[in-house]
Amino acid sequence: MESLNTQITTVEAINSALADAMTIEDGIILLGEDVADPEEGGVAGVTRGLSTRFGDSRVRSTPISEQAIVGAGIGAAMAGMRPVVEIMMMNFATVAMDMIVNHAAKLRFMSGGQTQVPLTIRMATGAGLSTAGQHADYLEAWFAHTAGIKVVTYSSPAEAYGLLQSCIFDNDPCIFIENFIAYAQKGAAPEKNSRIPLGKANIVRAGKHVTVVCYGPQVGVALAVAEKFSAEGIELEVVDLRTISPWDKATVLESVKRTGRLVINHEAVKAFGVGAEIAAVVQQELWGDLVAPVRRVGAPSCPVPYSRPLELAFMTSEADLENEIRLALK
Amino acid sequence: MANQDIPNQEILLEMYKKSALAKINDENARRVIMNGSLPMIYYSPRGQEIIPAAISVNLNDTDSICTIYRGMHDMVCKGIPLEKLWGEYAGKSTGTCKGKGGPMHITHPETGCMLTTGIVGSSLPIANGLALSYQIKNEKKVCVAYFGDAASNIGAFHEALNMASIWKLPVVFVCQNNRYGEHTKFEKATSVAKISDRAVAYGMPGIHVDGNDPIAMYNAAKTAIDRARNGEGPTLIEAMTFRFYGHVFGDQDGYMDKEEKSKAMADDPIPKFRAWLIEQAYASEKSLTDLEEGFDKQVKEAIASALSAPWPELDELDIDVLAAAQH
Repeated sequence: MESLNTQITTVEAINSALADAMTIEDGIILLGEDVADPEEGGVAGVTRGLSTRFGDSRVRSTPISEQAIVGAGIGAAMAGMRPVVEIMMMNFATVAMDMIVNHAAKLRFMSGGQTQVPLTIRMATGAGLSTAGQHADYLEAWFAHTAGIKVVTYSSPAEAYGLLQSCIFDNDPCIFIENFIAYAQKGAAPEKNSRIPLGKANIVRAGKHVTVVCYGPQVGVALAVAEKFSAEGIELEVVDLRTISPWDKATVLESVKRTGRLVINHEAVKAFGVGAEIAAVVQQELWGDLVAPVRRVGAPSCPVPYSRPLELAFMTSEADLENEIRLALK
Repeated sequence: MANQDIPNQEILLEMYKKSALAKINDENARRVIMNGSLPMIYYSPRGQEIIPAAISVNLNDTDSICTIYRGMHDMVCKGIPLEKLWGEYAGKSTGTCKGKGGPMHITHPETGCMLTTGIVGSSLPIANGLALSYQIKNEKKVCVAYFGDAASNIGAFHEALNMASIWKLPVVFVCQNNRYGEHTKFEKATSVAKISDRAVAYGMPGIHVDGNDPIAMYNAAKTAIDRARNGEGPTLIEAMTFRFYGHVFGDQDGYMDKEEKSKAMADDPIPKFRAWLIEQAYASEKSLTDLEEGFDKQVKEAIASALSAPWPELDELDIDVLAAAQH
């Protein structure tokens, strides 16, 4: 297993996942702003090299037209292809919400299963780069609220590779959330063509005192906090959701049943967020087993601010998670 | 009739059959709504049938269409089976979509009816995607996007025309200008006198045609569809027409110009086409009457079958939301 000794960045992992999938199946095409090589393979270079390797017909830089981009992906998917479209930033999905919510998500149901949309929509986001209110939102709860669509994100380069491969070969539309800051993060290289099943959470650290449910870069934050508590003799169980929707209720409920305590940690705004749904289900299902109220870490109800001190105060931190865990332990 | 190439008798009769079937289907839809036997939300396309009839005789079975909530005539002309269409209107398990889509979301891929959307303008970007797939796979197939005049004022129209043009997609954009967007007159909501002029902005041909004239409409359709199939790119057709029964069937038409409406209805394109076919000896009065009676019988049988069909099982709520497990 030589690959395990190799370190790659998240950008390289996503690029390889796309390239390896495209090698296997001709029906995989890439559409998005700047994705082809004359445009430098995207603003972060995620798709660099792919148009040269797979041709201009399959890898197309598009106009800045998010409705047309997602619409083209939907139509091609209905015709039997497996398009991967890139929405450069998650906030730009707002101008394509009709295509995503009214069409991609609903066509299988509304057609009685006659058509399907095996489409992957990649989109990146993340506060911390002083990009302010329209380039850094976490909008996963909006998509998770819509039936018919899967919402997926990753916590390491190898996870990005395996989950993206699964999204591409899945028969439902998948929103694949990427993180700008984590693009440069390095980790062990994945095994070629390895896939991580959708809808299954991963217990990344076992523990018996408090369950921490998280996803994306927050998994790394939770693991760092877990180290700290471990030194105090408190063992956190860290659950990486991997698929935000549909979420793996069984794994979360089983974990919380054992620990009796749950803290949900996400970067998105706390109010009406993913954590609210998980908290509601856990409190209903495990009322008698809980020894403390379910607690949540999330951003305040405020647009992402520009000024550095404001942005840092807006963003969730290790300290926020630690604080909520201590409250859960009281 | 326009002074242009007249298609042969077979094509003319096929066009008449398609448009007459759509007309008869609409008359029955309004009848069952009014008599209470099948209440449903319904957007009558009565008056607009020549357009999809002329388009459809130029399409192959494997070509596809994406249409909108006022799209019954588009699908009937493409060949959607009546029994399944009516099953869906009735919300029954025998419908095209097992009763889960209804009148605004009729879908039947077997006959190329890939999408009916309830969102103004959204047929265009998705039609592009189907056409993109045909282009990449070199299948020589064509996709037609149908929409109304009001859709030319929404962003999706402009994004889709631009993308189709730069990629020379095998798609035909067919605007059925029926003079009203919901309750608002075309002139009040649209910055240009002709929607076909908007094609210039996207570097594609724009054809302005009397959509109620079978010969003119046939020639416009043939030109655009041949062009798409030959890899020369998209065309925008603006087919002028009129809708006889308001926005949603049952609205009181208070916003419509009464004189304009009665004139348009007196000028009903289907009886006109019929009279011309007889006058030019393409068909006899009896043959067309027999045909129409046969269609009416077929439609009534489809309705009866839909009304007596079973409702969907309630577990359908959980089916087709996501794919059945694959992994």
